[in-house]
Amino acid sequence: MTITEVGSPRRRKEDARLITGRTMWTENVVLPGMLHLAILRSPVAHAKITRVDTSAALNEPGVVTAFSGRDVADVQGSLPCAWPVTEDMVHPDHPPLAVDEVRHVGEPVAVVVARSRAAALDALAAIDVDYESLPVVLDLEAALTEDADLVHLDKGTNRSYTWIFDSAEAGSGGAVGAAFDGAEVVIKRRYRQQRLIPAFMEPRSVVVDPTGDQYTIWSATQIPHILRFLVSVVTGTPEHKVRVVAPDVGGGFGGKLQVTPEELIAFVAAKRLGKPVKYTESRSDSLMAAHHGRDMIQDVELAARRDGTVLGLRVKLLANMGAYLGLVTPGVPILGAFMYNAIYKFPAYRFECTGVFTNTVFTDAYRGAGRPEATYAIERIMDELAVEVGLDPIEVRRRNWINADEFPFTTVAGLTYDSGDYSAATDKALELLGYDDLRREQAARRESGDPVQLGIGVSTYTEMCGLAPSRVLGSLRYGAGGWETASIRMLPTGKVEVITGTSPHGQGHETAWSQIVADQLGVAFDDVEVLHGDTRTSHKGLDTYGSRSLAVGGIALYNACQKVIDKAKPIAAHVLECDPADLEFAGGQFRVRGNPDGGKSLADCALAVFAAHDLPDGIEPNLDADAVYDPDNFSYPHGTHLCAVEIDTQTGRVSIRRYVAVDDVGRVINPLIVEGQVHGGVAQGVAQALFEEAVYDDDGNLLSGTFVDYTLPSAADLTDIVTDRTETPAPGHPLGTKGVGEAGTIASTPAVVNAIVDALRPYGVRDIPMPCTPERVWRALNGGVA
Amino acid sequence: MTRISLRVDGVRYDDDVEPRTLLVHHLREQLGKVGTVVGCDTSNCGACTVLMSGPDGKPVGVKSCTVLAVQADGRDITTIEGLSGPDNTLHPVQRSFHERHALQCGYCTPGMIMAAVDLLSENPDPTDTEIREGLEGNLCRCTGYQNIVRAVRDAASAIRSGGESAEPAPPTPEAVDAATPDGGLPPDRVPEEAVPHPVP
Repeated sequence: MTITEVGSPRRRKEDARLITGRTMWTENVVLPGMLHLAILRSPVAHAKITRVDTSAALNEPGVVTAFSGRDVADVQGSLPCAWPVTEDMVHPDHPPLAVDEVRHVGEPVAVVVARSRAAALDALAAIDVDYESLPVVLDLEAALTEDADLVHLDKGTNRSYTWIFDSAEAGSGGAVGAAFDGAEVVIKRRYRQQRLIPAFMEPRSVVVDPTGDQYTIWSATQIPHILRFLVSVVTGTPEHKVRVVAPDVGGGFGGKLQVTPEELIAFVAAKRLGKPVKYTESRSDSLMAAHHGRDMIQDVELAARRDGTVLGLRVKLLANMGAYLGLVTPGVPILGAFMYNAIYKFPAYRFECTGVFTNTVFTDAYRGAGRPEATYAIERIMDELAVEVGLDPIEVRRRNWINADEFPFTTVAGLTYDSGDYSAATDKALELLGYDDLRREQAARRESGDPVQLGIGVSTYTEMCGLAPSRVLGSLRYGAGGWETASIRMLPTGKVEVITGTSPHGQGHETAWSQIVADQLGVAFDDVEVLHGDTRTSHKGLDTYGSRSLAVGGIALYNACQKVIDKAKPIAAHVLECDPADLEFAGGQFRVRGNPDGGKSLADCALAVFAAHDLPDGIEPNLDADAVYDPDNFSYPHGTHLCAVEIDTQTGRVSIRRYVAVDDVGRVINPLIVEGQVHGGVAQGVAQALFEEAVYDDDGNLLSGTFVDYTLPSAADLTDIVTDRTETPAPGHPLGTKGVGEAGTIASTPAVVNAIVDALRPYGVRDIPMPCTPERVWRALNGGVA
Repeated sequence: MTRISLRVDGVRYDDDVEPRTLLVHHLREQLGKVGTVVGCDTSNCGACTVLMSGPDGKPVGVKSCTVLAVQADGRDITTIEGLSGPDNTLHPVQRSFHERHALQCGYCTPGMIMAAVDLLSENPDPTDTEIREGLEGNLCRCTGYQNIVRAVRDAASAIRSGGESAEPAPPTPEAVDAATPDGGLPPDRVPEEAVPHPVP
C-alpha cells in the first residue's frame, strides 16, 4: 500500500471556520424561546445556609423563575465520581446547588432564569441568603490531625482515602524497606505541586433544550458521551432521551473532563420550565468554580549506591481533593503512581497517597493528570542524586535508565513499557542544546562571579498514555472502560464519512483522521469528512483526554477501514469476475494480483452497493463498518527536554535562554500537529514552573480569581523552543502511534526548575517552590524563606 | 435606551442600546456577529479584539469588552467576519495562521488575528520581539505562541512583498459619515439587518 498522507504536514481542515469567525461555540447557540440562567455563588468558604429567599428576584423585570438548592433538592441528584479508588473511600454527596451547607467559595447556591443574560444577572442581587460561618479547612496536614475542623461534618474525617502500592506486595519488585536499609545514599525531599487552573480560553457554556421527553444538551465539554451517560444516571432520564452535542470546543486541558454542577443546574432549570435554557460562565466564575488541578505535597525518598545506581523509591503524597470529588478527582494522583519510577530501573518502590478534603473548589484532571507531578518529583530528585554522588545529571540518568535493547520492560510499578530509546533522544537533545558549550560557559560565569548565572535543566521523561486498557481500569476500580470506536460510512459517490467516538477541542482530529482514512482506503484527503461530538451521529465513544484519541481511537479507525475493504472485496471480485482470494487492494484499487490493469476502486464498489443491481448472492448491500478497539497496554512516549536559563542574581529574574524538546511519540500522522502540541504543552509546563498559581487566602477566598492575578503567560513571556523527534514505533498496533497531547507539559516543568536550581547551587540553593517568580528566586538567593 | 449607529463589516446598523451595553455584547447579541468572542471579564485575554475607526477614520485594534456600545456610535468596525476580501479571499494574516498552524482550539484566534492586523498596520516589518510584545494583550492557551509569531512574520512579509494592505478595507473619507444615519451605503447594499429593530 502506498502511504502518502500519513507523515505529511497537512494544513488543518478545522481552520477554515476558525479563522473566519464561523465557529459553532456553545455560547453561539441560540434557540427560539431560549432563556438565560445566572448563578448566585457562595461568597464564603464554609457555612451553613440558614435561609435563602428568592421571592424578591421573581419581581425583577424579565425573571421567569428563581430557585435555591433546597427547592430542587429532591430532583437535582448528586454529581458523579467515576473513580472510587478504594473500597472505603469517603465520598460525600455533591449537590449541584448547595442545599444546607456551602463548602467552597464559588459553590452554586441559587439561580435566576430570565429573558436575557443581563436581566438574570441583575436579579441575582435580589436574592437574600443567610450564612452561619463554619471553620475553614485549608491546610492538608492540619486537616488530617485528630482535632481538625471538618469539611464534611457528617463524615467525621477529612481523609477521603489512602491508596498504597508496594512493589513487594504486588510482586513487581523488592521490599523498599530493605532497599533503604542497605543504601549508601539516601535523599529525602519534599516538593510542592502548587494548585493550577486549566484556564481553557473558551469559558464553559451549556444549553439545555427540552422537547417533549427529549433533552438536547449543547455543552463546551471534552466528554459528550460520558456526559450523556451520567446525566441519564444522575437525573434518571432514560439514556435514549438525552442527546449531547459538543460543538466546537475552545480548549479543555482536562478542565472540561467533568460533569459539572452548571450542566446539571441548567438541566434541572430547563426541565422545570420546559424551555431551552443557556448558561455561560464569566471568566471569574470559571477560575473560581471550574475544577482546579495539581495541589499536592510530595514526600520523596530515594535510596542509591555511591556510584549513582538507584536502589529504592518511597513516595508519600497528600493530594488536595478540594471540597468534593469530581469525575476522576481521586484517581488523578493514582495515575501518577505508576510513573514515579519513570525511565529508571528501580528494584523496589512504595507509593502511598492520601486524598484530603479542604474548603476549596474540587481538583481534577489538568493536562497530564498525575504524570507531570510524578515526573517533576523524580526528575528533581535525580538531579539531587547527581549532586550527591558527584555525577553529571545526564550521567546519573544513563546509569539507571532502561536501555533500548531491554524493551519490552516490566517496571517496578508493574507496567510493561513497550518501546523506546532514551539514549537516542538524549544524545540528540544534548547536541541541539550545545550542552558541553553551555556547561563551559556556566563554569566561566561562576568563576568570574557574573551577576547573571547560567543553569541547565535536564528532564528525561516517559509517560503512560493512550487511556486505556479496560481491564487495567477495572482493576483500578475506575467506573468505565478505555476502548474507543470508529465508524465509516461509504457514500454512493465514493466519498467517506467517518464517525469517531473521540471529541476534539483543538487537537485537529478532523485532519489527522482524514489522513489515516485517505491512506487506508485510497481516497482523497478532501473526500473524507470526520463527524464527532454529537451523540445522535456518534452514539458510542469515550471521548478525548489522556492523550488517548489517536493511540486508541486512531486504531479503531484503522480497523474500521480494514473492515470496509473486506466488505468491498467480494463485490469487486464479482464485478471483475475473479476469485476474491486473487484480489489485492492498494491505492484505493482492487486488482487481480499480478495484473496492474483493469482494477475496481472502492468508489466503484460503493456505487455498486448503492445500486445493488448486480451483487453476489447473499451479499449485504453495505460497505459501512464499525470498529471498537480496546488496547491491551498503555503507550509510552518519552523524550529528553533540556532547558538553559539565565538568572539575574540581583533581581531574581529568570529568562529561558534555550529550550530543546526531543520527543519520541511513536509514528507521527501529522508533524505539524505534533509540533503544535509540543509547543503548547511545553508552554503550560513552563507556566507551572515560572508563572501560575491559584492562591487562597486564610479564609478560603480565591485571590487569583481573574486573569489579572492568575497569570497565564503571554507571547512576551515565552520564547521559541527547539523541537525535534526520534521515532520508535509503538509495537502493539498497526499505526505505531503513541500520543503527544500531554508530553510537553509532563517534561517541561522539571526541566525549567532543574535549570534554575542548577544555576543557583553555588549559592546554596537546592529548591525553590513553584512558581519560581523573581521574588522567590531573590529570596532564595538572599537566604530568606522563599 | 440610547440610539446608536455603527457600520460593522461594511453594513450599517442603527439600534437602541442600554447605555451599559458593552460593544462585544452588542456585536454578538444584537448584530449576530458571533465570530467575535468573550474570553474574560478583565480585558486581559483580547479574544474580543476588533478594529474600530478612531476620530480620524483610521482603524485601531480595541478590546470590544472595554468599549461601551454607545462609545462606538458613528464608528466603523471590522470584525473577524469582515476581514476576508469581497470574494471571500482570506486576508494574509488569516492565510498565514492556517499555513503556520497558528491555532489549535481557535477560541483566541479571531482576537489574535485582529490584533495581528492592527500590529502590522502600525509596524509592517516587526521583529519577533516586537511581534511578541505587540500581541502581549492577547492570550492563547494552546499554541505556546511560537507558530503565531511565525504566522505574523509571514503575513508581514506577504503584505510587504505583495502590495497587500494589512488593513482589511482601506478606510474612505466617507467611512465615518457613512456610519451616520444620513451617510449610508447605496440603498441596494443595505441589507435587512440594517433596518432599525427594537431591542428584544
